[in-house]
Amino acid sequence: MNFLDSKIPAGPLAEKWTKYKAEQKLVNPANKRKLDIIVIGTGLAGASAAASFGELGFNVKVFCIQDSPRRAHSIAAQGGINAAKNYPNDGDSVQRLFNDTIKGGDYRAREANVYRLAEVSNSIIDQCVAQGVPFARDYSGLLANRSFGGAQVSRTFYARGQTGQQLLLGAYGALSKEIEKGTVKMYPRREMMDLVVVDGRARGVIVRNLVTGELERYSAHAVVIASGGYGRVFYLSTNAMSSNGSAIWQCYKKGACMANPCFTQIHPTCIPVHGDYQSKLTLMSESLRNDGRIWVPKDAEKARLLREGKIKATDIPEDERDYYLERRYPSFGNLVPRDVASRAAKERCDAGYGVNNTGRAVYLDFKEAIQRLGKQAVEEKYGNLFEMYERIVDENPYVTPMMIYPAVHYTMGGLWVDYELQTTVKGLFAAGEVNFSDHGANRLGASALMQGLSDGYFVLPYTMQNYLADQINEKPLDENLPQFEEAELAVRQRITRILSINGDIVTDNIHRRLGRIMWEKVGMSRTEQSLKEAIEEIKALRKEFWTRVKVPNVEGMNTELEKALRVADFLEMGELIARDALMRNESCGGHFREEYQTPDGEAQRDDEHYAFVAAYEFQGVDNEPILHKEELKFENVELKQRNYK
Amino acid sequence: MGTKGLSSITKKLIMAITGGGLVFFLLFHGAMNVVSIFSEDGYRWICEFLGANWYAIVGTIGLAILMALHLIYAFVLSWQNFKARGRQRYAVNERPEGVSWASKNMLAIGAFILFGLVFHLIDFWSKMQLAEIKGGAPVDGIDQIKFIFANNYFSVMYLLWLVAIWFHLSHGIASVMQSIGWNNLVWQRRIEWLGKFFAAVIVMMFVSVVIYYWLIV
Amino acid sequence: MNIKLKIWRQRNATSKGKFVEYQLNDVPAEASFLEMLDILNEQLVLKGEDPVTFDHDCREGICGACGLYINGHPHGRFKNTTTCQLHMRKFKDGDTITVEPWRSEAFPIIKDLMVDRSALDKLIQAGGYISVHTGGVPDANAIPINKHNADLAMDAASCIGCGACVAACKNGSAMLFVGAKVSQFALLPQGQVESADRVQKMVARMDALGFGSCSNTYACQAECPKGISVTNIARMNRQFLAAKIAEPIKK
Repeated sequence: MNFLDSKIPAGPLAEKWTKYKAEQKLVNPANKRKLDIIVIGTGLAGASAAASFGELGFNVKVFCIQDSPRRAHSIAAQGGINAAKNYPNDGDSVQRLFNDTIKGGDYRAREANVYRLAEVSNSIIDQCVAQGVPFARDYSGLLANRSFGGAQVSRTFYARGQTGQQLLLGAYGALSKEIEKGTVKMYPRREMMDLVVVDGRARGVIVRNLVTGELERYSAHAVVIASGGYGRVFYLSTNAMSSNGSAIWQCYKKGACMANPCFTQIHPTCIPVHGDYQSKLTLMSESLRNDGRIWVPKDAEKARLLREGKIKATDIPEDERDYYLERRYPSFGNLVPRDVASRAAKERCDAGYGVNNTGRAVYLDFKEAIQRLGKQAVEEKYGNLFEMYERIVDENPYVTPMMIYPAVHYTMGGLWVDYELQTTVKGLFAAGEVNFSDHGANRLGASALMQGLSDGYFVLPYTMQNYLADQINEKPLDENLPQFEEAELAVRQRITRILSINGDIVTDNIHRRLGRIMWEKVGMSRTEQSLKEAIEEIKALRKEFWTRVKVPNVEGMNTELEKALRVADFLEMGELIARDALMRNESCGGHFREEYQTPDGEAQRDDEHYAFVAAYEFQGVDNEPILHKEELKFENVELKQRNYK
Repeated sequence: MGTKGLSSITKKLIMAITGGGLVFFLLFHGAMNVVSIFSEDGYRWICEFLGANWYAIVGTIGLAILMALHLIYAFVLSWQNFKARGRQRYAVNERPEGVSWASKNMLAIGAFILFGLVFHLIDFWSKMQLAEIKGGAPVDGIDQIKFIFANNYFSVMYLLWLVAIWFHLSHGIASVMQSIGWNNLVWQRRIEWLGKFFAAVIVMMFVSVVIYYWLIV
Repeated sequence: MNIKLKIWRQRNATSKGKFVEYQLNDVPAEASFLEMLDILNEQLVLKGEDPVTFDHDCREGICGACGLYINGHPHGRFKNTTTCQLHMRKFKDGDTITVEPWRSEAFPIIKDLMVDRSALDKLIQAGGYISVHTGGVPDANAIPINKHNADLAMDAASCIGCGACVAACKNGSAMLFVGAKVSQFALLPQGQVESADRVQKMVARMDALGFGSCSNTYACQAECPKGISVTNIARMNRQFLAAKIAEPIKK
């Protein structure tokens, strides 16, 4: 049997999930009470999974790094959530959502998973409305939709510019309901430090209580990792400050394969960087591209004057503006997928047409929309985004065009999972951004929320039972088993080692430099040479970290230690990302290798050699990991060069 | 009193209803006083009407109960709120825009009003209704008004007291509406202004009597 | 710009805290308030001192983790702004900035400027949700909802749970937080099914957790970074009183 068994049910695509559910094993109510499940993370995937497990009757232990489950970074998603409801009657269907997602992912996702995602998308909307999520509505009282990048239909449901917040609060409400009932036990301000594997199965975790600094042990019959993506390996990203890849990395080191790590998404509409001390980048919802038009000056000389602050954007007349997305992609225009929009912005800036004092920005203009819809309508749709922009940049976007530039936003890669969302470690499941499964090489806008909730509400509650049905005779594990002892000891040693370095550089300094290597050499476009350089530079930086980092040795709460532990993992993860990007001799979706492009600068896939999932098996920090390939079979879509022209 | 068993909102409701009742009393009281400016006989008739009759005594007892409840719950809530605030206070505090001074100082203003009330009851009520209840003869209302407000010191003190009442009502009336739940986005501003206006009308009735007898008569 | 900081330092929940002064030079005006603290912390770490601990996460004003009491105001004195959205350009060169933690009996200090706001979670657990299970719900468009009410529900739902309302309130009251949640669901037909129970349970929990009661100063509304209206409290009062009369629940 192949090392990577994707366990895709047989039968026609549209019937796979129904068939799976009909044939899977279930756990009866009396036995559910005897089974414990650990969930790491309380974002959309974690909270919805934990709540659903609780409702089914399992004993659930949930951990989050923040002070409250409601803070998870899903909360920051702005634009919306896709579903194939076809309420606007514009030709949408499950099949079309599936097609768009597969195509948007540049044919590097598994058909069966994506189809299931499209299939359950409608139930998610029903569920959220029933939970009281205040989605936008028309005057008829029915739900409103907007369009989003990569789609020709309006299938995105939204709650102003705060859709992620509202969906997360819905899931948080469901979770709170279960906490009140006692089926779920919540452990806030805890960070996972290691996975405990007993006899080849995930059976517990070691966590650090961030308040006391103590290590704690928890056992369970299954573990779900839903701790989000690893975008902060780039230091500057739209991710929250505590977002990290450490839970993923611990699982990777304990035998879970890491899939397609190089597939990271650069989001086109972020507020440009303004200084060295900057801690994070702020995303402006992609929905802005519905009404905003992206441009740079046609004349490079004008761009220079703009950079030097000698003229203003509003001084450039209409016919001297290059609406480059509309020019290059007439049929999708400003609504091309994220990777395409991001690279196009970089291309213009590299060619000398960039604006802002850094030359690393393009304009997103609402003049036309304000004329067409009126200021009030624009304000109603995007008011909070405009406010946010003005607060950060100190310019009024109703008057002067916004400036945007791409930034790291989402990681499509992640732990390899089969159809059941189970990793290569038995009993270890991965949900939401943590897993690699549904977005291929590029995620479409408004699909992250869909996937997180799909995994948590509608997939894991089924597939988890199929696994747990075999575990009903297993007693809860003793947390004093040697495997727990060993895991805790290893964590303790790692912490002691970091604290004992007592060097002369703060963690953020190293993280910032790692970010610079990643952004310059493993970022929006990569070359064989840049990647090779990056691998060496990351290795050197890692060495520097372990000899020169300075972390204060204080009892209890130690935020610097938290950061250092995460950066130590990023320093290993960055290398794997570069290795994967180097292995993949093609361009696809968010992965753009300069050597592999079409004559007009589009990503050039190599379906013959690279239509596979690259899953890496850990072999030690300084050793090359083993590459396992899961061939992707496309039986229901025709592989085409993505074309948004 | 079993205040422990009552929820915070119920306690607020008690404050609101008793406070609202007292506002209506003030309205009635003020209107009555204004009569004295226009007709001394009319005012004397009112004083007689509100003498030691059963209905006036019932009214007085009712009023005392309103007052007592308002006071008790003011102290109970203030004590609980004080505890909820925590032991450690902010070193720097600044009143944000949109927060009235009166709203933050209702207890202190209320205490000042209570202090004034004691004198007011001694000046008037004890010599009128109370005297009659005790079986004695009440003083003539108009004479008493003239006597008190002929005194500069008393008049100034009364005016200060009325200003305090205005502050208390300027927040109190709108606050009643909020506590009983009769507030919404459309009426919010209007209720605030109406509350202040209503407070001004009530207080002006009293002020006009003080000014009239102090400076004019 | 150069600034002087007066920051509350406290080792842990039980120890006694005090203000410590720091001089910070060459702070970029474009930096956010939290980035300014990052700069300070970097200097403290290099000097071998314990950096200032504070809660923060998304740094874009939505997660509700950050919350500092800056110069007498939660999140600083600017309207509709969270601490992370406050930029140093709003201060003047040479300013002294006093930074304190949220102070309320319900929010004990964990360390320095970090407080424990789990009481807010406990409030939600009392009933700040609609008790539906996953699956088995009607089609999303089965119940039309008046757009006006849906918009008001969204206004109420935009609460980020930062606790500024409690921090601003002289009574340490959580009425705006609870009022907003109660209102969100009271305005939606799905939520009305259990609205009488919800409001009674949440108010009872609020009292039990030691929050103060409302005296209608509206400091909460003035300081709320999401501009949530106190009319939500009025709606809760209305709901609560009606529920107590028409559909009381036994304790």
